[in-house]
Amino acid sequence: MKKTSLWDLYFTFFKIGGLTFGGGYAMLPLLQEEVVNKRRWASEEELLDMYAIGQVTPGIIAVNTATMVGYRKRGILGGIIATLGEISPSILIITTLATILLRYKDAVYLQRAFVGIRIAVCAMVTVSIIKLMKKSLVDLPTVMLYLVVVASTLLFSLSPIIVVIVAILFGIVVQNIKHKKERT
Amino acid sequence: MIYLTLFYEFFKIGLFSIGGGLGTLPFLYKLAEKRPDWLTIQTIADMIAVSESTPGPIGINMATYAGYQVAGIFGGIIATLGEVAPSIIIIVIIAKFLSEFDKNPLVKHAFYGLRAAVVGLITFALLKLLSVTLLTDGAINYLNAGLYLVFVALVLIFKKAHPLIWILSGALIGLIPGLPS
Repeated sequence: MKKTSLWDLYFTFFKIGGLTFGGGYAMLPLLQEEVVNKRRWASEEELLDMYAIGQVTPGIIAVNTATMVGYRKRGILGGIIATLGEISPSILIITTLATILLRYKDAVYLQRAFVGIRIAVCAMVTVSIIKLMKKSLVDLPTVMLYLVVVASTLLFSLSPIIVVIVAILFGIVVQNIKHKKERT
Repeated sequence: MIYLTLFYEFFKIGLFSIGGGLGTLPFLYKLAEKRPDWLTIQTIADMIAVSESTPGPIGINMATYAGYQVAGIFGGIIATLGEVAPSIIIIVIIAKFLSEFDKNPLVKHAFYGLRAAVVGLITFALLKLLSVTLLTDGAINYLNAGLYLVFVALVLIFKKAHPLIWILSGALIGLIPGLPS
């Protein structure tokens, strides 16, 4: 079989990054089309496995998945090249937009538009949280943990890093207690 | 050296944030608290707007925007590279040694707690965003609060609508004279 070229990896993930709106969860259909159907770099199951690992590892899901596909095809360099492809469109588009926005940031109409935009953004984030709650708050311990995290981050300006570490320990301890109860 | 500090701060975000673009939000808020000369809560809201309405992963877009704001084009590139560097290191290690990583019971148990806590952290970031968007001088701005509730209802009803639609409607409403302030 012909070796996948680094250029091919870069270009494919450039395309995926440039055409995905809304981040990791929205990119799955595009990944399936490009990585599985068109280029046959992985089977459907392999891609879903890589995507699942991308979700349970730190960092951006899209980047994690790109690194994994690239690594499988061309080792560490492949992983780096695929990731650079994935992030290149963002850098180009955002830099251009930010330049324009920051140049006109004192324009009254732009400031007014952003007051309205912020309200819309708050609403969109609220709906994302509602969706995440349905998936994540599955029983009493998780609901309690959620409330404690919200309260403690509001009251003491707790570092999110500490919250993440405590939550991992909490998950392991609670699940172990549950399993012990089931066994007895 | 501003580039080194930027790389370090975003490396930390990439290393500890889990669950997609919005997962980086609490870390950006923390950064705004630590370095108000870099970011404010308002600029975070603007960053979300720009990142949701342009292609590319939200987390990456926000890193580029934040870095650009701090130190120009090169700053945007450095912040983004800082955020993806931990991913590359971790994924390569996992791909090499742990092929069934996501099925490992310990990982599953950790995520049972982690998912709930991440929603909590994002909720905290949202409350901070709401406080700058819906409060004027410490009192509730009822017009803005009303518009917010209308938007929440619309986004819930029209689930398939593109985020760009909401951003543009928000911009238009902002431009109506006499409306949100």
